Amino acid sequence: MSRKTVPGCFSRMIWKKHFFKETCCQCGAPDTEVQNEELEKRGKVKKRKKKNENKRVIISNLPFGSKKWNENPNRYYDSNEIKTTKYTILTFLPKNIYEQFHRFANIYFVVIALLNFVPVVNAFQPEVSVIPICVIMAITAIKDAWEDFRRYKLDKEINHMGCYIYSREERAYVEKCWKDVRVGDFVQLQCNETIPADILLLYSSDQNGICHLETANLDGETNLKQRQVVMGFSSQNTLFEPEFFQNTIICEMPNNDLNKFKGYMEQPNHERIGFNIESLLLRGCTIRNTEAAIGIVIYAGHETKAMLNNNGPRYKRSKIERRMNMDIFLCVGLLFVMCLVGAVGHGIWTGNFSEHPPYDVPDENGNFLSPVLAGFYMFLTMIILLQVLIPISLYVSIELVKLGQVFLIHSDIDLYDEEADLPIQCRALNITEDLGQIQYIFSDKTGTLTENKMVFRRCTVDGIEFSHQENARRLETHKELDLDDEDFAKLQHFTLPPMNIERPATYKQRTMRPLRRCQSARAHFQGHTRNRSLGRCDSNQSQVAFSSTIEKDVTPDSRLLRRVREAALQTENLSPFIHMKTSTSLTDFFLALAICNTVLVSTATEPRQRVTVPPPIKPSGITLEKIHQIFQRLKLASLSQSFSSSQSSSDLGTSFSVKNAEEHLAALDCCDNDDDCCARGRGNELQGKGSTDIGSASLDEVFKSVTNSSLPTDFCYEAESPDEAALVYAAQAYSFTLVSRTPEQVTVQLPQGTVLTFDILYTLGFDSVRKRMSVVVRHPLTKEIVVYTKGADSVIMDLLEDSAKADTKAEKRMKRIKEKTQKHLDYYAHDGLRTLCIAKKVLNEDDFQKWANFRREAEAAIDNRDELLMETAQHLETKLTLLGATGIEDRLQDGVPDTIAALREAGIQIWVLTGDKQETAVNIAYSCKLLNQRDTVFTINTENKETCESLLNLTLEEVRKNYEVEKPRRKFFGIFPTSFSASEAPSPEFGLVIDGRTLNIIFQGGLEEKFLALTTHCRSVLCCRSTPLQKSMVVKLVRRQLKVMTLSIGDGANDVSMIQAADVGIGISGQEGMQAVMASDFAISRFKHLKKLLLVHGHWCYARLAKMVIYFFYKNVSYVNLLFWYQFFCGFSGSTMIDYWQMIFFNLFFTSVPPLLFGVLDRDVSAETLLGLPELYKNGQNSEIYKLSTFITTMLDAFYQSLICFFVPYLTYKDSDIDVFSFGNPINTISLLTILLHQALEMRTWTLFHLVTMIGSVVFYLVFSLIYNAACVVCNPPTSPYWIIEKQLSDPTFYLLCLITPVIALLPRFFIFALQGTFGASLILKAQQLDKLPKGQQDLEIQKLRSRKQTTSGAPVASPASNDDPDQNISHLCVSPFLHPVAAAVSRGDTESQGLSASEVNPLRKWTPEEGYYFFNRWAEEESTTTDSSAGPFSGHYPLVPSRVTTAGQDSGKLTKDNANSFNHGSHRRSVSAVTL
Amino acid sequence: KKMENKTSFLPQEGEVRPSRCPDNSAFKQQKLPAWKPQLTIATVLSSFFFTGTFCLSVGVCLILSANSVREIQIDYSDKCSDCSKLRENSSNWNKECHCSVNFTLKEDILGDVFMYYGLQNFYQNHRRYMISRSDAQLLGRNVNIQKSYCTPFTTYRNGTPMAPCGAIANSMFNDSIDLFYNLNSSVIQVPLLKTGNSWWTDKNVKFRNPKSYNLSSAFAGTARPPYWQKPVYLLDEEDERNNGYVNDDFIIWMRVSAFATFRNLYRRVRRIRQFADGLPAGNYSFHISYNFPVTKFKGRKHVILSTVVWSGGSNPFLGIAYVVSGTAATLTGFVITAVHLKLRKKKTYFQK
Repeated sequence: MSRKTVPGCFSRMIWKKHFFKETCCQCGAPDTEVQNEELEKRGKVKKRKKKNENKRVIISNLPFGSKKWNENPNRYYDSNEIKTTKYTILTFLPKNIYEQFHRFANIYFVVIALLNFVPVVNAFQPEVSVIPICVIMAITAIKDAWEDFRRYKLDKEINHMGCYIYSREERAYVEKCWKDVRVGDFVQLQCNETIPADILLLYSSDQNGICHLETANLDGETNLKQRQVVMGFSSQNTLFEPEFFQNTIICEMPNNDLNKFKGYMEQPNHERIGFNIESLLLRGCTIRNTEAAIGIVIYAGHETKAMLNNNGPRYKRSKIERRMNMDIFLCVGLLFVMCLVGAVGHGIWTGNFSEHPPYDVPDENGNFLSPVLAGFYMFLTMIILLQVLIPISLYVSIELVKLGQVFLIHSDIDLYDEEADLPIQCRALNITEDLGQIQYIFSDKTGTLTENKMVFRRCTVDGIEFSHQENARRLETHKELDLDDEDFAKLQHFTLPPMNIERPATYKQRTMRPLRRCQSARAHFQGHTRNRSLGRCDSNQSQVAFSSTIEKDVTPDSRLLRRVREAALQTENLSPFIHMKTSTSLTDFFLALAICNTVLVSTATEPRQRVTVPPPIKPSGITLEKIHQIFQRLKLASLSQSFSSSQSSSDLGTSFSVKNAEEHLAALDCCDNDDDCCARGRGNELQGKGSTDIGSASLDEVFKSVTNSSLPTDFCYEAESPDEAALVYAAQAYSFTLVSRTPEQVTVQLPQGTVLTFDILYTLGFDSVRKRMSVVVRHPLTKEIVVYTKGADSVIMDLLEDSAKADTKAEKRMKRIKEKTQKHLDYYAHDGLRTLCIAKKVLNEDDFQKWANFRREAEAAIDNRDELLMETAQHLETKLTLLGATGIEDRLQDGVPDTIAALREAGIQIWVLTGDKQETAVNIAYSCKLLNQRDTVFTINTENKETCESLLNLTLEEVRKNYEVEKPRRKFFGIFPTSFSASEAPSPEFGLVIDGRTLNIIFQGGLEEKFLALTTHCRSVLCCRSTPLQKSMVVKLVRRQLKVMTLSIGDGANDVSMIQAADVGIGISGQEGMQAVMASDFAISRFKHLKKLLLVHGHWCYARLAKMVIYFFYKNVSYVNLLFWYQFFCGFSGSTMIDYWQMIFFNLFFTSVPPLLFGVLDRDVSAETLLGLPELYKNGQNSEIYKLSTFITTMLDAFYQSLICFFVPYLTYKDSDIDVFSFGNPINTISLLTILLHQALEMRTWTLFHLVTMIGSVVFYLVFSLIYNAACVVCNPPTSPYWIIEKQLSDPTFYLLCLITPVIALLPRFFIFALQGTFGASLILKAQQLDKLPKGQQDLEIQKLRSRKQTTSGAPVASPASNDDPDQNISHLCVSPFLHPVAAAVSRGDTESQGLSASEVNPLRKWTPEEGYYFFNRWAEEESTTTDSSAGPFSGHYPLVPSRVTTAGQDSGKLTKDNANSFNHGSHRRSVSAVTL
Repeated sequence: KKMENKTSFLPQEGEVRPSRCPDNSAFKQQKLPAWKPQLTIATVLSSFFFTGTFCLSVGVCLILSANSVREIQIDYSDKCSDCSKLRENSSNWNKECHCSVNFTLKEDILGDVFMYYGLQNFYQNHRRYMISRSDAQLLGRNVNIQKSYCTPFTTYRNGTPMAPCGAIANSMFNDSIDLFYNLNSSVIQVPLLKTGNSWWTDKNVKFRNPKSYNLSSAFAGTARPPYWQKPVYLLDEEDERNNGYVNDDFIIWMRVSAFATFRNLYRRVRRIRQFADGLPAGNYSFHISYNFPVTKFKGRKHVILSTVVWSGGSNPFLGIAYVVSGTAATLTGFVITAVHLKLRKKKTYFQK
């Protein structure tokens, strides 16, 4: 067994385990319970055997070996063998039966079966009556057994994974299975190995005694955790010798707290060394970046924290099931009534006789019961007789059907994400049909609607926009690539820029590609698909960084690139030392991008090994320190890898050149298929270092040699927020490569190849109040102190050097740049990009020293330190010089707008609950079509209850007014359905944006109802800046108050509570770890999968299950009623005319398979039509198939059919010499046929399976009856159906009956169906008809239906042309107390805005020809559509300046000039700046 | 094989590990070729009209054939009021009582004529009555009937088991009915067959006498049921093969009727001499040995003479049912046609 594969295996198993768990543990008792029980049991055992109850004492196993094992005090601890199976072969039966009795229905049926053993009330032969319940329980037991067996196999696989344990005999670490690991063993772990048990870290190859762990398997967090060798444990610097370990470890008893662990180590000299969780390696985690680690096993097997945390699946009850349970109570009521009828009837019947007739059989002693008592007993008998009215097989059938449905959902290839190699995971088995009834969707934004991949899109430097067309195109192609992997290479060639310098970047993409597949295949085993660095030692994997290619590779804008290169060439010609003095703002801009962040660097060859050149003591950049650094690095390297003794590096000091790049290329090329290449690369690097070591040359030489020759092929950047990384990657694309970062220094490689190390003097971190961050660095060459600031445009723009009274030329230029940049920013924001402004400031030494003192004081302050720090930061970040701005795209996931549109058409309300900023959220909402450009959007931001209330009232009034206007019009419309439909202007819809604080007010102030009333009128609701708790509160509020089916979808830990609060929780797997997935009912990998999941699978599952449940009720009622009707003819004595075996088998076998198959396979409408006509989803939403009325109708139909099935044979055989069973047999046959034919009428899809089961059911019935009736002479005392069916089959009357009765029984139903088809009432029926049409015609019809629907419902058809309609209310109405005084102006402005929009466009248009050459074509295109009023169908792009933006401008124009200034930035900002109380 | 996978070198791992991509099979993708029945106007109308026509024609046939059945039913419970009064007191169980009922056949009953006795209000289908039997005993097996469902009709106080046991057997219909043909003041007994009336399988498989050299010894140690006048081995003293448990009357009685009002086949007219074609018209009389009390459960007793046809007895219901449903289906078909024609022009309604 190769150790290399271990992590993958383990993770796969973990994954399997999760999936498997969901598929299996249906039974009431969750695993945890069992585990706890087991734990308790084990605990008890230990208590007996151990003196110390609260502590665990562990010593080394080595002195004992295998011979003296019995003396080992560790022998009582759990071995590492895990057993997650619930049963053993021996305990299976009792345990399983016990568990099944947790279900109420089972108890009910068992009680009834037992009741049957009481002679006075028994209705059947007691032995026979236990059969149904036995069969049901047996089926469940078989299912459980199968699941348990799968668990067993999985356990076995995990138990047999390999790891290295120290063996005394061999004096080395030998490979053993996981299950053989014992507490007290010494385990050696290597890089990327999965930890087999909870191990106390005693040695790490890292010289600081640190071991890195990846805990994704445990908590889904993808970052590395550091673990520390037990502090003060002496054997650190030398290699650890297990033989000499004589300490005793005392620690706490096993518990499931992942973050708590305490204990101490007692040395032979009674010295104690304490340790905590920081020294514990947890089972299931993976060792990263550490060559080797050795530890002693503390907890093994089930006692490990990972196993103790292993929770079972979720058990939810679906809406149908809730409804069903209600109907079961109705059935119970019905049963009670029927039994009462029987009891009373029997009492009266018995009481009618003055003398006991010969057929009234006395009891054993010859006594007769009094009528009352007889009636009472008869009541019980009837319950037994009619028990099947409560469908006994329904529960197990539903379970089986849901298993089948889950299986089919799970195997849908459309819900499979190839990139992540993840199909959908159905974690909850029992709510599949809820997917078809969703009314509200609550979605997270980041990572759910968006990819959470920040991509550098555009930038503006010095007022010049660089549209990065190539980059945009690359992103486009990337999208396609996601769809089609095969075309990748071709497309890459296509986009390959001609410039040499870019080749490494593009090359990267190409080499990455083939690797990606296996990489992603690996990645998901960690439980997340993000291609983060998995830090493999293996060279082949090392290429892949934690960011996906799409984030990493920025195709530079050719124009910008040329400029950069020009600048670089210019400086190259001069002395390398003075070039920085002529630095343009271009260089500054990219330097800022590279430096102004908190990104950590790791190299590809040593992934995760952060390039943290240990900091010198003083940040002054002295030669000695540098050399020291190099020494440090060398040491590190020598520890971690072997030298390759190939070439000596002669090209010291050569600058980075194209030639060099080509070398890199070659190196990479060999990487592609050669494993040694990276070793070579590494060797190269080391030699570089080595040479510096020997050379002890001047600082610069050292400096250069290190950097130039040792520059790794690829850097991986780990950033706190993805946009930071995106900026660094963008800088890298222009060859401003961030090489390393320590708290004190940051190293950047310039395009010229020179490497500069800046001393970081201060880092002013990002906070949400300042909305910016800054770094203060000392330029290594010019020794200037520079402040680089990066932040939201709203703040940076205000902090710029005041250029209002500009007189010099330079200042005028600055002003112009500022204005231009602002325009660009507005466009970025409108385009949904996240904007950041980059600015700089040069400080003189004195000012800096002053400020530094101030800062130090602030840092040292005890009182209001935070305020002081803030103040100092603000003090520094003033009078900035604008360098430029960037636009980063948080890319919408593929197909999000389409999915949202479809879901909305399906009648689902979509809310976005996000912790993100309002602007971003609103932008995303627009770009994913959640909000329409024409919608009126209300924004409520307040912290005051009264204001909030009045705002809500105001808005509500506004909305209602609008609806009232509409209503009469609609009515009028109804009268003349054909007249005005074309001229009808679709009414605007409303959107609501609300923030977390306001939500708090609403919740605290009891304004929930108003809020909900408002939201019900709104097309969509956005809750920004909301905490996880608020998210779940919103979900709960909607769910409880509006009594709707809710679905939450999210990807991160902050969505967990929301996911759990909703009826259906969906986790997006693969973005942010496992928490959301673990909490979810279904885990999908992309948002777009929701469309098919809901519209198709949801609809199907709902339709199938609803029909099946209804059918089961029908089936049982119609069958049981036959027995009931017979009671009227047998003196209510509880007789049955059908042999009991045939009766049992009727439900269990003869009629059970078709509905099951129906429940799994029926497709009322094809998937294509369902996707094409999302409106069909409303069928499930309104519970149209299974609601009270349909239930009652079905019940009535069941009564009717049973009456027919009973009375037609009765009247036929009346007054004849027919005997009981000969009468029952045709009835049984008839009702079998009726029930099956009824099913056949319901079925919309007939596959071979359906046909086979249908016919098979009848054939099985006949064969069984024939055999049973022929073979059983006395086998079934006291009644014997001997030769009944044989006799019947030779009687023509039987056939005649079997023909006519089902026809009469089903004729009304068929008639109704026929009428429905004739009137074409329901959309479903139309859709079914559509299915029959050929493909082209089908599409056409769908289009027709949809357009008809849209015109009639007045849903807006987004079209820019409609913007010209002056009647429309297109305002982006911002209701806020601040804006309220000018509300009138706003509404006036609305109408004006139409006309004005053109003029608003104008400046941009004028401006476009100037720079137009550089602009992305689309921009121009869009513009033409906006200005061209006669534009045809909406092209899918937004108008360049939509009305909402211009409205904002209008508003601000009416305000003061200062405000106007800040308002100008666009609508997305207005709400923020305007509406904060 | 698993081991191989694991030892394989890393670069290949991606290929070796099976993708979790679901199979693209028709079943898993729910794309199985399927027939999707659609209710189009053509299918609906044709099904209605076809059903209607079929049912009507079958119904007419059935009614015709049911009408060809000749049946005469005579209630003799009142006509033998003396006897019924006598039987009301169960202490008179061993007193014989005879009565005769006269009737006239206006026309011949041709073909096989079956003679039934009919009982009204006799709930043979009462649950506890129905199960009060021991099929094993009737199969001639030596079983402990104490444990059977026969209680309380299992043993006498002295422990003598009843043969046959159970309430059904105990309450066996024990009137004997003879049919006489009054031809020109001479009374001819109509020859009646008392065997071959029960199901062949009952007679030969389901019911067996205990094995012994003769019947009385076979039933030695058992006693007759309390209501019986003679032991089981004396049910038909003339015919050894119709005696004991395999007695046809007994077998037929043991096949419990489905309803409280029922008839059981009693005799068949033996088609010899003047009865070769059935019963000729004329005056007849039943001579009844009245043993079976019905008054205490307000029951009535009948004698029925009837012929049968392929579709059963004289009950015309099935035929009527066919005719009615056939008519209904046809009418519905017309209604749907009308609706269809009316709605056809409307746009919302698209049928192919």
